[in-house]
Amino acid sequence: MTVTTEAAAGQRISGDHPSPAPAKRRRALPKEWGTRAAFLGPALGLLLILVAYPLVNNIAMAFQDVPASLEGGEFVGLQNFVDIANDQRFWDATLRTIIYSVGSVAVELVLGVLYALLLNQHFRGRGFLRALFLIPMIATPVAIAMVWRLMFQPDLGLFATIGSFFGLPSIPWVSDPVLALPSLMLVDVWQWTPFIALIVLAGLSGLPTETQEAAMVDGANAWQRFWRITLPALRPVIAVAAVTRLIEAMRTFDPIYVITGGGPGQATETLNIYAYNLAFQFLDPSYAAAVVLVFVLVMLIFSFVIVRLSRRS
Amino acid sequence: MRSRARAIRAGVFATIAILPFLSVFVYMILIAFQQPLDITSGSLWPNRGLTFDNFAAVFETDDFMSFIFNSLLIGVGSTLLSLAFGVPAAFALAHWGLRRTSFVFLLARMLPGIALVVPWFVIYTQIDLIDTYLGMILSHVFITMPFITWMMIPFFEELPKDIHEASLVDGATQGRYFFTIAAPLVRTGMAAAAILAFIFSWNQFLFAVVLSGRNTQTVPVAVFNFLSYGSNNWGQIAAAAVVITVPVVAISLLVQRWIVSGLTAGAVKG
Repeated sequence: MTVTTEAAAGQRISGDHPSPAPAKRRRALPKEWGTRAAFLGPALGLLLILVAYPLVNNIAMAFQDVPASLEGGEFVGLQNFVDIANDQRFWDATLRTIIYSVGSVAVELVLGVLYALLLNQHFRGRGFLRALFLIPMIATPVAIAMVWRLMFQPDLGLFATIGSFFGLPSIPWVSDPVLALPSLMLVDVWQWTPFIALIVLAGLSGLPTETQEAAMVDGANAWQRFWRITLPALRPVIAVAAVTRLIEAMRTFDPIYVITGGGPGQATETLNIYAYNLAFQFLDPSYAAAVVLVFVLVMLIFSFVIVRLSRRS
Repeated sequence: MRSRARAIRAGVFATIAILPFLSVFVYMILIAFQQPLDITSGSLWPNRGLTFDNFAAVFETDDFMSFIFNSLLIGVGSTLLSLAFGVPAAFALAHWGLRRTSFVFLLARMLPGIALVVPWFVIYTQIDLIDTYLGMILSHVFITMPFITWMMIPFFEELPKDIHEASLVDGATQGRYFFTIAAPLVRTGMAAAAILAFIFSWNQFLFAVVLSGRNTQTVPVAVFNFLSYGSNNWGQIAAAAVVITVPVVAISLLVQRWIVSGLTAGAVKG
């Protein structure tokens, strides 16, 4: 049962990229089949147990009504999906997920390219600065989120302290329903701008210098060289970085859960947080399973987009 | 001369530009060493002097050492398991150019954690895996194994083809070639992948929140739980944050050369 699922997934991927020699594939089994199986078998088997089987289980559950005790459960057909379609909270969470991920990633792209250009200059201690720049994305997200939560505190947080030094009124960063989501996006931008910057930096180091020099000889200024030569050459790298980041931003959990828990009210409840709440706060496992299924389908579509993009570049 | 002045200017500018990204850590460390009264007054300067009390409290209360032990055990366990399963897989994927199969590992890396933690919770409850080391290690293997596999593929791809052919001509099997020649040649890459995998496991929060319990709680969950104990003891929270962040940052500097390729494994390579 689960084996066919795996095979179907493989075929779907290959469907996008027709093999140049379809006749060859007709051969029954490749040479050294046993050796290949010995190398790949354990890893694929583990993924089957850890990923494929649970996902199949999740699909089965999405078509049932299962009590919180997880015992029993009856088949209800598409009822859960009908409920999702009529669930305003689901649609609000979807909209928030889009605003959060698209908004954060847009800012990260602009800042990331700027920082990459800056760190690509030749100066002493460049390697050291680049290493320090890695810390936001490698440090334990929960620890970081706790510190941000403290920084956002009215009266005693870092922002309140700085604000009061300049005589500014205290801003209710995460306790105001309107400001809460942008505040969380600020955390995302802080944590992941280095990611974009470092990918772009890697892309910059792979660019040929001849075109730059030729343009310089032709009298192009720095701005023209960036806009006409560097940026177009970087486009594939930036595109891949953007899609990767979008996928990851959509499933952000730790900072949202730790800093606001989805609140105030539901002001920062993204799809990820909503699915978590359904399963572990409202104890509605089968409805949670249905929401998770819809969420995964959307993510899968995104994943195929990224595969295609990275192929092209 | 002009270019030297430019370089200095660029260096100063870059240093200033990077400060906002570091300020959070400076702030974290500052608060971790402050007295409660200084923290609640909202002053950045430690007027009442610095203190180690916050750290002492972290280690005294709540069995913090056992949470660190749990995180170490689960991190090392899932990393070793992932190396044992993932490295041979990476070799096969690279050696036979099995692109389609390698996408299975990529897809596993793209799945949102919530998609697995809900069904895992159901299955774990049914077979009594909640709050067990085996259950925790398996859940983290989902993070570490696809990562290690995907990161190791380019290392195997870069091995010179003629060594391989020569060894096969000499009568070695693929298995023998892998164990005696290929794997030792990529050991640097394996070390980097293992360290990064361990860091991902150490950082992992969602799976531990749902699947761990009293006995297997990891450090991120323990630190998060400081919040729920009623009083927002920010000094202790900051101290705990320092304790779990510093080792990660320290060991990540060891492998910083590979961090970018590690974090982007699967993204840039198609």
